[in-house]
Amino acid sequence: MTVSTYRIHGATGEWEVVIGLEVHAQITTQAKLFSGSATAFGAEPNSQVSFVDAAMPGMLPVLNGECIRQAVRTGMAIGAQINKWSRFDRKNYFYADLPQGYQISQLYHPLVGEGAIEISLDDKNPDAETKIIGVERIHVEQDAGKLMHDQHPTMSYVDLNRSGVALMEIVSRPDMASPQEAGAYLAKLRSILRYVGSCDGNMDQGSMRADVNVSVRRPGEPLGTRTETKNVNSVRFVMAVVEAEARRQVDLIEDGGTVSQETRLYDPDKNETRSMRSKEDAHDYRYFPDPDLLPLVLDDAYLAECLASLPELPDAKRQRYENALGLTPYAAGVLTAEVETARWFEVLVTACAKAQGKPEAEVAKQAANWLLSEFFGALNKIGKDLFSSPVGPEGAAELLALVGNGTISGSIAKVVLEKMLETGDGAGVIVEREGLKQESDTGAIDAVVAKILADNAEKVAQYRAGKEALFGFFVGQTMKAMAGKGNPQLVNEALKKALA
Amino acid sequence: MSVDTATVAKIAALARIKVTEGELSAMVPELNGILAWVEQLAEVDVTGVEPMTAVIPNALRLRADVVNADPLTGGDVRDAVLANAPAAEHGFFGVPKVIE
Amino acid sequence: MTQLTDLTLAGIRDGVAKGEFTATEVAGAFNAAVAGAQDALNAFIVTTPEAALAAAAKVDADRAAGQTLGKLAGVPIGMKDLFATKGVQTTAASKILEGFVPPYESTVSQKLWDAGAGLLGKLNLDQFAMGSSNESSAFGHVISPWRRPGDTTALAPGGSSGGSSAAVAARIVPAATGTDTGGSIRQPAAFTGISGIKPTYGRCSRWGIVAFASSLDQAGPMARTVTDCAIMLEAMAGFDAKDSTSLDVPVPEWAASLSGDLRGKKVGIPREYRLDGLNEDVAKSWDAGIAWLKEAGAEVVDISLPHTQYALATYYIIAPAEASSNLARYDGVRYGQRDLPNGAGLQDMYAATRAAGFGPEVKRRIMIGTYVLSAGFYDAYYTRAQKVRALISRDFMAAFEQCDVILTPTAPSAAFALGEKSNPLDMYLGDVFSVPASLAGLPAMSVPAGLDRNGLPLGLQIIGKPLDEQGVLNAGLAIEARANFVAKPNMWW
Ligand SMILES: [Mg+2]
Ligand SMILES: [Zn+2]
Repeated sequence: MTVSTYRIHGATGEWEVVIGLEVHAQITTQAKLFSGSATAFGAEPNSQVSFVDAAMPGMLPVLNGECIRQAVRTGMAIGAQINKWSRFDRKNYFYADLPQGYQISQLYHPLVGEGAIEISLDDKNPDAETKIIGVERIHVEQDAGKLMHDQHPTMSYVDLNRSGVALMEIVSRPDMASPQEAGAYLAKLRSILRYVGSCDGNMDQGSMRADVNVSVRRPGEPLGTRTETKNVNSVRFVMAVVEAEARRQVDLIEDGGTVSQETRLYDPDKNETRSMRSKEDAHDYRYFPDPDLLPLVLDDAYLAECLASLPELPDAKRQRYENALGLTPYAAGVLTAEVETARWFEVLVTACAKAQGKPEAEVAKQAANWLLSEFFGALNKIGKDLFSSPVGPEGAAELLALVGNGTISGSIAKVVLEKMLETGDGAGVIVEREGLKQESDTGAIDAVVAKILADNAEKVAQYRAGKEALFGFFVGQTMKAMAGKGNPQLVNEALKKALA
Repeated sequence: MSVDTATVAKIAALARIKVTEGELSAMVPELNGILAWVEQLAEVDVTGVEPMTAVIPNALRLRADVVNADPLTGGDVRDAVLANAPAAEHGFFGVPKVIE
Repeated sequence: MTQLTDLTLAGIRDGVAKGEFTATEVAGAFNAAVAGAQDALNAFIVTTPEAALAAAAKVDADRAAGQTLGKLAGVPIGMKDLFATKGVQTTAASKILEGFVPPYESTVSQKLWDAGAGLLGKLNLDQFAMGSSNESSAFGHVISPWRRPGDTTALAPGGSSGGSSAAVAARIVPAATGTDTGGSIRQPAAFTGISGIKPTYGRCSRWGIVAFASSLDQAGPMARTVTDCAIMLEAMAGFDAKDSTSLDVPVPEWAASLSGDLRGKKVGIPREYRLDGLNEDVAKSWDAGIAWLKEAGAEVVDISLPHTQYALATYYIIAPAEASSNLARYDGVRYGQRDLPNGAGLQDMYAATRAAGFGPEVKRRIMIGTYVLSAGFYDAYYTRAQKVRALISRDFMAAFEQCDVILTPTAPSAAFALGEKSNPLDMYLGDVFSVPASLAGLPAMSVPAGLDRNGLPLGLQIIGKPLDEQGVLNAGLAIEARANFVAKPNMWW
């Protein structure tokens, strides 16, 4: 636990920032929260709209059980209290993206209560600097539709495809005190959701949006008035919003103004927030229990099933990678941040252990190092990532096994990897076809060494006279003559012997 | 609790019902009459009573996560959904332009 | 031979099945009766003679082909215009929905068509089912077919299912659907000398019925006899996965199990319903009802429902609160009427559309509902009302420890004249006997008990335990058998 020292330096002194995030995460489901229409991204306007979603007269909501299961699992993943008795309320207001005239949400009795998320503030060593961010609640609610304003001179167009899609609203405590903490919280939350499988975390498709609550105060003073910047859709923008909004508030206060509690929008092009005109009037949402629905009651067996279905979560996995597999905190942190990376890595380790006939703990480090230093670099060069890579973990394990059993050298492995990425062929096939097998026949090596020494008699003399730095030269010459295929260890030994 | 003209105007605005001055002043005594009458509930002793949640004991059912399982509550009915709209264009509902 | 339009629902169904007449002849006769009464009674908002004939033709063809006929085969009915009917305008009697043609069929109406019924037309009602006299319809008042002898004063058919009650009483439909939120089936049935039952909340699916107050709304049949109600309710009721409050229980064969023998049954008489200054004729018919049930073998017990006096106030908080939210969807965007003043923005459009589209009673209830849910008042009004509602429900459960059904008058008076009740509160007080059972979700029915001194029908209400529609219908049958209610309106139209 550390205390943030982030401060805004105003004209009149220093200011602290207080940040809370309300994250709307789309629950990964096929169908909507209260209707059977689809949730797929990018469909034709109003094609994924049922009579229920369009709030036609007489339509009624029926709850999608998968939404509840995923929200419960998410709550469990952050160690939260799961409320066995919860209820849906109506939040009443008028807007063109809200066909019913109310959003079905949970105010009084949310499904998930108090939980917490631990964030790391040091990427290099995730264990070093951590902070617990409280989560006040997670409730389940409907998403709204979408308005388009620039398709017609006098009209806005309404697309209700998103209307009724299931969201979890994950409300943090105002526990964050810097843009970095806010960014780390959002990234960690996204990681957990993706591990759990309750949200795909595709922020550019709107699957995750953060409402950023920001206020400023003099260090140690009570909380200032907060503003809420709506629908910020990337970690980077959240950090930018905190910075811009805190700065705006400080400037405003120092100029003698007061911050008004209001809803704002972020403009990434100008990197500034502005007041939202459409949300100007004071809201009175008239929440009351939705009479079309009954209280949601979950039993112990249901909860036990949800708990049993949870995968190993990022923090636990990171600890295991460090303790059981011997990875560095940095490597463990990078490999566990994204569930797919960890999944890929684990398949690789299993395959390596199998191919090399060794326990996983013995091959994990090699695999991790190779993944982080070689493979990511090679992928980067061809503009791909782990998930678009033509080489899968099994293919990679084959390559690493060839290095491990001395069939090829580390430097040849780089060449083989490049060809694998290029052709999609297996490492063994490439090594065979291109004749890249390492030369481990000592007789053959000795013969090349003898020729190199004979061709460079002068340098041999200098070496023997004490210029030991020349050893590298002889290695290079020998390897070159062997087209890189000489077993480096055997080449070293042969040279040492011949030069002695 | 009784309401004055300003409160009634506020309520009408919340409910998105445009009212004329005349309607407003007619509504004030009417609503006050009704509110004064429902006020009698204040005398009921409700200590320890939970508000009613389900009229007839019944549990909330969870539906399976299946798309268009029932065509009556599924999507892919765009034309039907738009058929009654006062303004629909290019597959969208149309409303007066909104400035966000 | 009796006229086809004088037959009961059961009589029509059996006659068609036996081939005494065709379904097409029946539909034709009722179509003519509907057309003949429309100008005078205004019971329908739209009539659909072709739909009635098409359904009849199908029944006749099925019968000719030797197929099994449905429970309501050959019976043309009227449909309260609160039920969405695919391809047929559905308005809830409001301007705001004028022209709305649903692309879907309500569950209840679909079940009726599946049982072989046909649609004569969409019946008028109080706007959004808010009212007790049918004076709040945007499509004109419904005029009761009943008149005081020697007097042409237009009387209320009751409400909100006033088109339904008027049409059944006038014998222009053999049966009709109604919906009941605080008495909207029972009170109009009582006013027009017919029977109607509101089943247990959750028996009939609410899917496709324009919502008024979700926790109270229930559909039910309105017909001339208890048997007809039982037959029709069997066709309407049943679990529907599309309605979360629908009860997943089997539908009993109420009609086949009907019995007016009440030996071994206890009938509770709630002392709180004996209001000070209760209308003498109403009190008399109640006493007669008690005597008839005794005669049928029941034991009569005195019971107490101590929170009765608070039921109306409770109802007039909860129903408007739910309505204010349920009616938010009528905004001129996706269906219905839009009022877009020059230069208006979105929110102005909403306000103008809703001002032009909703009638005064609807606005009044939206205003009350909005107020009682607004910040600072929610607990004092809505939460408290839901607590009192729980107490009212408990009263009934305690009473049902002592009795099987409860007998009360349906309404505090016979039909009043249109325009007679100008103060909304006066109108609300007319629901005093019907509202408590609605708040508790209990099955309740009204059956005709006789005429008051002005020759107008009076109804008796039977309230039953949750899901005990059978007990309610049986007691209704026992009264029906003894009341011998044969009066009918003189055909003046
Ligand atoms: Mg928010
Ligand atoms: Zn939300």
